[in-house]
Amino acid sequence: MPREQIDLRCQVTHLSVLDEDGSFDEALAPEVSDDLLLHMHRSMLLARRFDERMLKLQRQGRIGTFAPVSGQEAAQVGAMAALTEKDWFVPSFREFAASIWRGLPLKQLLLYNAGYNEGGAVPDDAHDLPIAIPVATQIPHAVGLAYAAYYRDTGALAITFFGDGATSEGDFHEAINFAGVFAAPVIFLCQNNQWAISVPREHQTHSRTLAQKALAYSVPGIQADGNDVLAVLAATREAAERARNGDGPTMIECITYRLSVHTTADDPSKYRSDEEVEAWRRRDPIPRLQSHLKAQELLSDEEIDKLEQDIAAEIDDAWEQAQTEMHRLGSAEAMFEHHYAALPAYLRRQRDGLRRDRGQER
Amino acid sequence: MADSEAKGAPERTMAEALNLALTQEMEQDDSLVVLGEDVGVDGGVFRVTEGLLDKYGESRVMDTPLAEAAIVGVSVGMAAHGLKPVCEAQFSGFSYLAMHQLEAHAARLRWRSRGRFPVPMVVRMPYGGGVRALEHHSESKEAFFAHTPGLKVVIPSGPRNARALLLSAIRDPDPVIFMEPKRLYRAFREPVPDAPETIPIGESQSRRDGDDLTLVAYGAMLRPTLQAAEQLADADGVEAEVIDLLSISPLDDRRFSASARRTGRVVIVHEAQRSFGPGAEIIARLVEQSFWYLEAPVVRVTGYDVQVPYFAREADYLPDLERIVAGAREVLSHA
Ligand SMILES: Cc1ncc(C[n+]2csc(CCOP(=O)(O)OP(=O)(O)O)c2C)c(N)n1
Ligand SMILES: [Mg+2]
Repeated sequence: MPREQIDLRCQVTHLSVLDEDGSFDEALAPEVSDDLLLHMHRSMLLARRFDERMLKLQRQGRIGTFAPVSGQEAAQVGAMAALTEKDWFVPSFREFAASIWRGLPLKQLLLYNAGYNEGGAVPDDAHDLPIAIPVATQIPHAVGLAYAAYYRDTGALAITFFGDGATSEGDFHEAINFAGVFAAPVIFLCQNNQWAISVPREHQTHSRTLAQKALAYSVPGIQADGNDVLAVLAATREAAERARNGDGPTMIECITYRLSVHTTADDPSKYRSDEEVEAWRRRDPIPRLQSHLKAQELLSDEEIDKLEQDIAAEIDDAWEQAQTEMHRLGSAEAMFEHHYAALPAYLRRQRDGLRRDRGQER
Repeated sequence: MADSEAKGAPERTMAEALNLALTQEMEQDDSLVVLGEDVGVDGGVFRVTEGLLDKYGESRVMDTPLAEAAIVGVSVGMAAHGLKPVCEAQFSGFSYLAMHQLEAHAARLRWRSRGRFPVPMVVRMPYGGGVRALEHHSESKEAFFAHTPGLKVVIPSGPRNARALLLSAIRDPDPVIFMEPKRLYRAFREPVPDAPETIPIGESQSRRDGDDLTLVAYGAMLRPTLQAAEQLADADGVEAEVIDLLSISPLDDRRFSASARRTGRVVIVHEAQRSFGPGAEIIARLVEQSFWYLEAPVVRVTGYDVQVPYFAREADYLPDLERIVAGAREVLSHA
């Protein structure tokens, strides 16, 4: 009857491939084609510029409150790049870079942020869930999708994104435990961006890492440098392989930083210092990838300039399209759509009443 | 709370008035603690708890982990120990993550323990539309809570009654859901005296006299309802009594019943969805208590039975002056 140590057979590793100056560890680097690297770079840059444009539009009152992605592009694009279109993507509310990678039209994101429900429409063939705002509540859905994919033997897995704050919610714990019990092919991708609005990571949980929370459920947890797109890609590929081999879920904690406001309704100067933000700016994932690409002679300054112009034009075009669509989408009656497969009679009466009232006014 | 008493009092926004209630009560009652997401360093996303952390320290003003169930559940435990937690759901749209703690425990602990463990806590939550916000930041689901025995539900309509109601809620021996119409936080100022005031929970107020029509409203709907009453007086020569409910539960049926018996015509205004909403309960009580006095079918001017649309169409969802006036004219149209 001695008191013995139990070997939990688990630990947390931290993975980093690309340095802040763009040099990298070849031994750890994932195999990646030049095309894929350049595609990841373009998506990250597009996400950043799109974010900046949305911030301007919001400040001009053209769109509403939104949660900027700046600083987290590598965590999102690196993860999505490890997966296929058939895999399920379950976002929270800050996953604009991941959505861009998935091919969601920018116009759609603009419509959403301009307050049109139509912006939330998911293309018929996409394996994407729409934005989920209540923190952590989307995480169980990824487990359900993953389980269904396993049950139907589609070979697909599911990935869900959430923040450091989300790991405090019951839904996170319930979902990851569930996934462990059923060996569901799911990847829990936590973007630890150091803040949940004004609450710093250290105050969010007494745990040393967030990845270790998975270990409580005997689900592998790994930490990756979330501003290092290669590290995130490598970690996600490893998790995907595990899922596809029937070995169940993985949690990946990406260490990253929210460089911008929490949402456009937030004033971060109340709770964090400029020095802290500056220190993280030096670890910005985009210049880091660019130095790497330049060192590999995959990208020149001229090409970056050209890319910037293309991206600016693409965003202009999307905003044009969004505005045209908004004029087309005026009708208030649309609020009655999509609650049920068929509109019940009492709702039809309410809709007709609204139509009558509006008709009289105009 | 006669208006004359407030003459010369500092003009405050509703956010400032709520802050005043919290500050004064924390000052004189050390059992009061405040907890929630971003209520400390940030002072709350609407700045209602601004300055409390500096004044009262981390043991009384707690920036919590992001966990609504724990915020409410921990508060229940604190209350059972005799503290008076004032906890916050950052938006009412996220309070559902704590629904089991509210329904299964906050509402029942006194009852289940046969009186041994009352739960004197307040759950503050911004609710309602009109601020061009994201999904889950515009809804009015007061009926969820009002449907639960053991919970009280109150909703102020301006700075002065917000302060007084919050004080009453804190001093109440039972759990109170305190819903703050978020569009009013900074919408206007009014004199709010420094000296503490309370409003009995479960009592509505008459905000305008009239014998022709009864308009019942609360929260952010009170102002357009008062405007509608003025418009009806000017344009139609109709004088409406306007009742500000203030408490959704317990519902003060005496005042609106008395008014309905005088006017025979009633319009109820709320931004919550129509079906099974507060208006439905008000009509039920009218039918039960004042049926023979009604001269026309009661009209509800409410949100439609849909999820609040994203903000581009939110104004079409929310009742406004025009819809209220139209509803009143409908009730008046019956001979
Ligand atoms: C259940 C719930 N509670 C509160 C909120 C309000 N809120 C929105 S984002 C946020 C912080 C989220 O922090 P984190 O999970 O770290 O994600 P991040 O915003 O940093 O991406 C809070 C409290 C919410 N959306 N959902
Ligand atoms: Mg965060």
